Amino acid sequence: MQDKYAIQMIGITKAFPGIIANDNIMLNVKENEIHALLGENGAGKSTLMSILFGAYSPDAGEIRIHGNAVRIKDPNVATSLGIGMVHQHFKLVHNYTVTQNIVLGREPRRGKGLFAPLKLDDARQKAKDLSDRYGLFIDPDAKIEDITVGQQQRVEILKTLYSDSDIIILDEPTAVLTPQEIDELMQIIRRLKQEGKTIILITHKLKEIKAVADRCSVLRRGKLIDTVDVAGVSENQLASLMVGRPVSFEIEKADKKSGAVMLSIKGLNVKDSTGVLRVKDLDLEVRSGEIMGVAGVDGNGQSNMLDAICGLCKVQSGTIELDGCDITSMPIKERIQKGLGFIPEDRQRYGLVNEFTIAENVILKDYDKSRYSKPLGVLNMDAAKAQADELIKQFDVRSAQGSATKAGSLSGGNQQKVIVAREISLSPKVLVVAQPTRGLDVGAIEYIRHRIVAERDKGRAVLLVSFELDEIMNLCDRIATISKGSIVSVDDAKSVTAHEIGLRMAGSKEASDEEK
Amino acid sequence: MKRNDLNRTSFIDWFLGNDGAISFAVVILGFIFGTIIVLLVGKNPINMYKSLLYSMIGRARSNGGWNFRYIGETLNYSIPFVLCGFAMAFAYRVGLFNVGGEGQYIMGMTAAQTVALLLPPFPGQWVVCLLAAIMAGAIWGGIVGLLKARFKVSEVVATIMLNYIALYLSRLICLQHPGATTYNTAALPATSKLAKFLIPSSNLNIGFFFMLAAVFIYWFVMEKTKAGFAFRATGYNQDAARCSGIPVVRSISVSMAVAGAFAGLAGALVLLGGAYPKGRIIVSMDNYGFNGMAVALVGNCRAIGTLLAGLLFGVMKQSQSLMQDMDIPKEITYIIQGLIVVFIALRAGLQLVREYRAKRIVASKVASV
Ligand SMILES: Nc1ncnc2c1ncn2[C@@H]1O[C@H](COP(=O)(O)OP(=O)(O)OP(=O)(O)O)[C@@H](O)[C@H]1O
Ligand SMILES: [Mg+2]
Repeated sequence: MQDKYAIQMIGITKAFPGIIANDNIMLNVKENEIHALLGENGAGKSTLMSILFGAYSPDAGEIRIHGNAVRIKDPNVATSLGIGMVHQHFKLVHNYTVTQNIVLGREPRRGKGLFAPLKLDDARQKAKDLSDRYGLFIDPDAKIEDITVGQQQRVEILKTLYSDSDIIILDEPTAVLTPQEIDELMQIIRRLKQEGKTIILITHKLKEIKAVADRCSVLRRGKLIDTVDVAGVSENQLASLMVGRPVSFEIEKADKKSGAVMLSIKGLNVKDSTGVLRVKDLDLEVRSGEIMGVAGVDGNGQSNMLDAICGLCKVQSGTIELDGCDITSMPIKERIQKGLGFIPEDRQRYGLVNEFTIAENVILKDYDKSRYSKPLGVLNMDAAKAQADELIKQFDVRSAQGSATKAGSLSGGNQQKVIVAREISLSPKVLVVAQPTRGLDVGAIEYIRHRIVAERDKGRAVLLVSFELDEIMNLCDRIATISKGSIVSVDDAKSVTAHEIGLRMAGSKEASDEEK
Repeated sequence: MKRNDLNRTSFIDWFLGNDGAISFAVVILGFIFGTIIVLLVGKNPINMYKSLLYSMIGRARSNGGWNFRYIGETLNYSIPFVLCGFAMAFAYRVGLFNVGGEGQYIMGMTAAQTVALLLPPFPGQWVVCLLAAIMAGAIWGGIVGLLKARFKVSEVVATIMLNYIALYLSRLICLQHPGATTYNTAALPATSKLAKFLIPSSNLNIGFFFMLAAVFIYWFVMEKTKAGFAFRATGYNQDAARCSGIPVVRSISVSMAVAGAFAGLAGALVLLGGAYPKGRIIVSMDNYGFNGMAVALVGNCRAIGTLLAGLLFGVMKQSQSLMQDMDIPKEITYIIQGLIVVFIALRAGLQLVREYRAKRIVASKVASV
């Protein structure tokens, strides 16, 4: 035995009603390596890591940490064993500050006793130091509700760094980071390795695996398929290992035949909940039959713009027109009826009702249409189930109990598929999409991009906001770059390079950093 | 062997995931503690159970024969418990905590009494009384709904305040009624009283059918209709509901009004179905509204669950007189009800355990509050 293992998971099995999430899995993670975990949506990655973190107890199997057999009955045990985890869905208290969230559950106090006052100064300083050290750019006094999803992710990372874990599990940490931020995170991960930590990285992005990981384990439908040395395989090989068939990364799409302006935003100004002006005099037009991409660094007003379009927040001034009709201050229901579709960035909060089944979630927006109606105002659940079954088939949603599965029990990627399926199936005139492929495996990304292109070809107007420049470059016909709340340029996708867009985004980033 | 492993979901997970099982356990637990207390004060708990059983099956204590009056009273008592249960449940399913069942009940009773005493008697007057009560309860609840939806006023605070306003407003109004003394008014006209049925020796009256109708309506609206779908979506995830175009402001106002309507109806049925011939000038609350909260929580805010819990509370209320005959302090029923409420609060805890088992993230406990 020349290699020492930090983690050995031996014969781990975990079943949920109707599905075997982990089937006799053997996972060995060497000391001080970066170990990637790859697999389709619903393959069982998060479940396996939740078992390691003490969130689920396995039905069978054994765990050894640094060679010692352990029973991890809850996350506190995991933490005391030096295991830290950044979850796929953030677990932050929205009206607390960053510092308060970081110390949550282990609050430092002045003196003893239940009512001793909190002593947050040191924690605040430590959080700030860590944030500076790893380049997370997190203000320890910011409230969670006022920062973007991307920044929230970084707070979660900061949280594990704060508790000095020596084994760090990252469940899709890069899903919402911008390319620059991902590079920074990769640096952090390498630095952590230099400091002797062991890292497990779950990601659907093969590039990231190639960039940092030493070894990679591939899961498919609950089974461990293989563990490979990353240096010895190509991205394509990894992809086909995972999906079980070759995957194409390029999207083929016919030349665009864009038509009339379907969404027109003029002079839009939007403030966030703290009264800061986030969107400033923003102008943007999206035509039918085109995909308009919005590229930009997270926090430059994208989410506020999206909220304004969808009616989730009030507009300071300016107009939003949908197919010639002013929707600036229209109730959400009417916007939807006028033909607005929306795939939200924060799917847990705005996209799904976790306690509802897939069938109920599928009809969330058009449950009052005649196709789901029976006499006396009765909801036609059979029609809803039929529709759900159809979408489950089309979008390959992996669920334990079909259309009767509760949305909250789906894996992250499959939740996303349900939302995307619902919105695309409504085929709205204007489809507003935020991070549509966030957290999806390469097979699913391929399919959903095809569906978005198909919408475009049907003559719909698509507005796509994504932090992934690759996605924007690949998918869009025109690209608008957003910076400090305004659109700074609109280019034809063919006449501009990723490098140029990246520079514009980066340039604006430097500028906005100076301002801070 | 493998198959076995995989088909097995542990009993604990099943139990935690099954609301009915938890409610059942909570009730059993309440009775176990109640039994212990009876033992501690040196009485025979068998007698307690006998009283409960006799109230349910209508067995006479004295001569070993039958006395169906007990069943009638039990069913009659359960009417306001079940209806006030729905006053809680309907709001709860939309994500609101209606502490105002009591006030809505009082307003319903007051409206029914006003219509009964101020209009000249006419056949079928009781129908008008019931409609007035439903309206009054709905308005009393709806006010809170509007305040909540438009101005984000906490429905808990608002309903508690309105309970007291209702109590004193009711006194103000009823003291004006003909023949009012400090505690009652003139007799209610016979045309306003509810007809008895089935067991004439008891107070059981046609109000029972209104209660059964309410069970059906609640189930139908909540579980089957499109409106119920919108209500439930709003209750589970208001943000997602809003984002999907569900009018959450309307859901909130309407649900509080409907909740109030249930309680208002309860107030009228108690007044018009009771044995007391005169109108009431209440000095304190009847507590059906508050007990209704416990009923709804025990019944897990489902139609059948609330019905069963309401019947249980009805049995307990009826058994009080039997208990006194059998040397059991009747207060034990209040203690058991109180214990059940305490243990029901454990459900919230169990919910956390379940979430904890499901997600097992320490912070989620705080985040989900
Ligand atoms: N609490 C639960 N109850 C029931 N089924 C569950 C539960 N958690 C997960 N599952 C099921 O187990 C399977 C594996 O889910 P898991 O979250 O581990 O997938 P994943 O590999 O992390 O996928 P993704 O890449 O989409 O995040 C899925 O089919 C999911 O529906
Ligand atoms: Mg996952």
